[in-house]
Amino acid sequence: MKQPNSQSCSELMLRETASQTAGPYVHIGLALHVAGLPERDEEIWSRMARPEAEGEHIEVVGTVIDGNGDLVRDALLEAWQADSKGRYQPEFDLKKPFNSFGRTATTADEGSEWSLTTIKPGRVRVDGIDEEHGVIDDKDSHLANARSALKMAPHINLAIFARGVNIHLQTRLYFEDEADANAECPVLSRIESPTRRQTLIAKREEADGKVRYRFDIKLQGEGETVFFDF
Amino acid sequence: MQDDNKRFVERDRNWHPPAYAPGYKTTVARSPQQALVSMQQPSASELSGPDFRQLRMGPHDNDLLLNFREDPSLSGAAGLPVGERIIMFGRVIDQFGKPVPHTLVEMWQANAGGRYRHKKDGYLAPLDPGFGGVGRTLTDEQGWYRFRTIKPGPYPWPNDPNSWRPSHIHVSVMGPSISTRLITQMYFEGDPLIPICPIVNTIKDPAAVETMIGRLDMARSKPMDCLAYRFDLVVRGELQTFFENQ
Ligand SMILES: [Fe+3]
Repeated sequence: MKQPNSQSCSELMLRETASQTAGPYVHIGLALHVAGLPERDEEIWSRMARPEAEGEHIEVVGTVIDGNGDLVRDALLEAWQADSKGRYQPEFDLKKPFNSFGRTATTADEGSEWSLTTIKPGRVRVDGIDEEHGVIDDKDSHLANARSALKMAPHINLAIFARGVNIHLQTRLYFEDEADANAECPVLSRIESPTRRQTLIAKREEADGKVRYRFDIKLQGEGETVFFDF
Repeated sequence: MQDDNKRFVERDRNWHPPAYAPGYKTTVARSPQQALVSMQQPSASELSGPDFRQLRMGPHDNDLLLNFREDPSLSGAAGLPVGERIIMFGRVIDQFGKPVPHTLVEMWQANAGGRYRHKKDGYLAPLDPGFGGVGRTLTDEQGWYRFRTIKPGPYPWPNDPNSWRPSHIHVSVMGPSISTRLITQMYFEGDPLIPICPIVNTIKDPAAVETMIGRLDMARSKPMDCLAYRFDLVVRGELQTFFENQ
């Protein structure tokens, strides 16, 4: 097999295209209105749940902070989460009340907060099998091992892209008020240090009668957020 | 039998640029110091991802020659952007050479003078009233994508006293799951600025740099109209699953 775009490589398996920073102007491409560009008819953005979506409606907000303690004002974040029943909804369609995928950004504005309007995700089994709604086919039931049947605590997967970030950082946001579920989450427990585990727990706030969770992402240094390799 | 939890080829983090690469100064305060926590066996969260087939695209979303016009009363050549007209095209495939169909490819770039239409870009090169600099498309059944645009200009940036970015187009691809997500940059074959770019040089292996080079393809160029550059994207390979073995 010949490595595309290359005059020298030849290996059994192709190599992944190398990553490069999304740069300071990532918003031009993936968050048009933040860059000051007119939006197209449909954009992928931060309102993942419309009012009619099933589940507990929440807002998630936060900042991105660098190793000097300064705000990172040019980041783009991508969110991927299950619906309130713990199911991922792969089909992205703005006509649906809920989408599992969303984008948000930090900006040059006051506070430089990113935010998502969504619903609190349900618990997902490690193997993704939906006990209540999914039909578990006989022929794959022997695949189930103890770990794959465990339920993860409710979480939002976040990817962070920014100038000075050579390959996007991957983390998970968990919820402060899900202590029991968090304690038995097989992914959270992969993090050896209990202190570091705390960096993934969003704090519950209530503002104007709305439930809001705060999740500040620290890229480096004291209180550095846990980032995953997968 | 394939372990059902291991759906993708592991990401080789020595192939990609490291988080801390002091030649590119902004990485110094933005790179985590702690080790990444390995998921070992990725869960359903990492092995799933969005499908954008229902995202309604505009008719010119992949045509940067036509998708932005500051003055809508202009038409024909009067409204076209300045610069070398090019076709940028290629295929999204996985590490086994299998096409990745219906996946979202997005791109953004500077204009021919090296200026971005971003409210924070203050470079002295002028904005082009006919050029926005953003495109998106879905790959077809065989994994092909295509954009029409102009070749972006190089631009200076504050890193070393005299750092210039080679001409480049930022490219974002989703792939089948959030594990395959990738943002990269396409450079243009033969550009003398490539080997002296601090961002390119965050990558250690010269073979990895080669994966980011768009190659001139005269066969796909259009006589008296535009040149063509081919840029294939390789996303993480999807291993054969148990179900496919049946
Ligand atoms: Fe750039």
